[in-house]
Amino acid sequence: MSADPIDNAALWLGPKAGLQQVIDALRRTGYTIVGPMVDQAAIVYGEIGGIEQLPRGWTDRQAPGQYRIEQTGRDTYFDYVVGPHSWKKYLFPPRLAVAAVVPLQAGWQFERPRDDPPTYAFLGVRACEIAAIRVQDRVFLEGGYVDAAYQRRRKPAFILTVNCTLAGTNCFCASMNTGPRCTEGFDLALTELENGFVIEIGSERGRSTMADCDVRPATEAERSAGVAARQRATDQQSKRMNTDGLPQLLMANLQHPRWKDVGERCLSCTNCTMVCPTCFCSSVEEVPDLNTGRIERQRQWDSCFHEEFSSLNGRPVRNEIAARYRQWLTHKLSTWHEQFGTSGCVGCGRCITWCPVGIDITEEVAALREPAL
Amino acid sequence: MKPAVSAWETHAMRIVGIRPEIDGVATYDLAFTEQAGGDAYQFRPGQFNMLYLPGVGESAISLCGDCRAPDVWKHTVRVAGRVTQTLAGMPLGSQLGVRGPFGTGWPIDQWQGMDVVLVAGGIGLPPLRPAIYELLQRRDEFGCLTLIYGARGPRSLLYTAEFPTWQSQGLSVLTIVDRASAGWTGNQGVVTSLLERLELPNPATTAVAVCGPEIMIRYTALAAAKRGIVSERVWVSLERNMQCAVGLCGHCQLGPEFICRDGPVLRYDRVRHLLSVEAL
Repeated sequence: MSADPIDNAALWLGPKAGLQQVIDALRRTGYTIVGPMVDQAAIVYGEIGGIEQLPRGWTDRQAPGQYRIEQTGRDTYFDYVVGPHSWKKYLFPPRLAVAAVVPLQAGWQFERPRDDPPTYAFLGVRACEIAAIRVQDRVFLEGGYVDAAYQRRRKPAFILTVNCTLAGTNCFCASMNTGPRCTEGFDLALTELENGFVIEIGSERGRSTMADCDVRPATEAERSAGVAARQRATDQQSKRMNTDGLPQLLMANLQHPRWKDVGERCLSCTNCTMVCPTCFCSSVEEVPDLNTGRIERQRQWDSCFHEEFSSLNGRPVRNEIAARYRQWLTHKLSTWHEQFGTSGCVGCGRCITWCPVGIDITEEVAALREPAL
Repeated sequence: MKPAVSAWETHAMRIVGIRPEIDGVATYDLAFTEQAGGDAYQFRPGQFNMLYLPGVGESAISLCGDCRAPDVWKHTVRVAGRVTQTLAGMPLGSQLGVRGPFGTGWPIDQWQGMDVVLVAGGIGLPPLRPAIYELLQRRDEFGCLTLIYGARGPRSLLYTAEFPTWQSQGLSVLTIVDRASAGWTGNQGVVTSLLERLELPNPATTAVAVCGPEIMIRYTALAAAKRGIVSERVWVSLERNMQCAVGLCGHCQLGPEFICRDGPVLRYDRVRHLLSVEAL
């Protein structure tokens, strides 16, 4: 990433409780605010009405296969990286009716189910998550067929990003060129400092939102402090993935012994695909209403780690776990480029954290780079 | 009926004809319940529909009729799972849902002026039948036309009643079976053996179209290459787990290809390296 420029037009919002004004301004405009909160010992995303719901004074500690939240004693709202949730669950809901059928006297009537999602404002989006949303934009909006449900949610969504001021052990966004600084694709970008927020405006609706809040132009000292805070997230990041020539390298190594090796460690539990902010596979289930006979066709997240995912004439094409891991990794890092013109990985590290056996995608890639013996 | 608006837009169709073909295989003639649907519907040889039985699910089935006959849409279906099993029990007049057509078709226009060899194995003939109709409809535009058709046994051969018509219209039909039974005086073996000894006057301007089990596809392409037909002139119809049919659900991926959207018909040089990797 290029050096962090100082945004001379940045605003200052302080003290930090003033963030409530931003939330209120967004709510007045009609947005449903979704942001971070502590729930079930994790920092997750949910609907929020006030800043008291934010994970104030909490941070997360991550390692391969490990996630813990801890209290820091500091007065910070965004002193963590990313948890098990991603904004995918709002833009591409885990379960959604895509079609419906009503029985008639003779035959069926095919219907399009109602879909009136709220207009979301996402509060606390990280740079890697903006990158992930843009990856899914390519899948659902720019891949030839437009997914109407995604489009309905994505188009009006307000994105309030918060720059990372620390890096987690599993973060490798810098090497994926997706962070840690938010550079585009947001309406407002916050950088949290000790006594307030430096705010950058990314869109006209971002500007009009701030017009209702008690803000003033940030001083040079405040802006510089923002740069320094963001720099910490870069400096702390030690994990990286070497993506040089990776798409070709992976497809040239489909018989590499490492696939078998990782296939013996992988439990095929699907966690990595569920927490991944770009994984988009789904399947459709028939859900009948036994009273009316109406059948809803519900799309739900699916995973290439399920044995039956590739089922063909009753038998899975990818019957071994090694083949399924190979599909996931080569899709994410290689064939995704051919399909959508981008990597499917943004370096958020979720798949490493939430893998019950701590498989680290960056380590697997490094091993696959080693010539097979 | 372009699926670009909504991939899940489903149209009601009625079963207006059922023709048992061979054991476990029948051809269903479907007609739109609304005239408007039928008027708007067009398909290219090689494309498929998603047949939907409410409460049961969907199955990807190739269109196997004449793309110029706009009244009924034919689907030859083998009982292979829950959907096709349920369909097999449905009487004439039943209604079902259809989404489609989806996928790529046989590049018939590219074959103009060329000799064309169609190679089918078992239930791989139905996706080729619309191409046969089209080639014969435009017979003058092509050189020698040959169908090599292999099946497990003589009683597994589909559409045999049509073979004489096809022959008379200028398609040379060669059949072969894995296991002969009493009374079979034809060829016995695999389809590649027929391709190996087929008279090919113009290998440099011969196109091959293959549909059948994947192993058969690979060996057919290999045999074609040995006869001087390069993989750039071999087209194959592939099968994977197709669900959404528009490249969004992920199930049918083969390397970078979404078989439902980029296929099912693909030029062989595009997928050869992928088919040679087991369980990809």
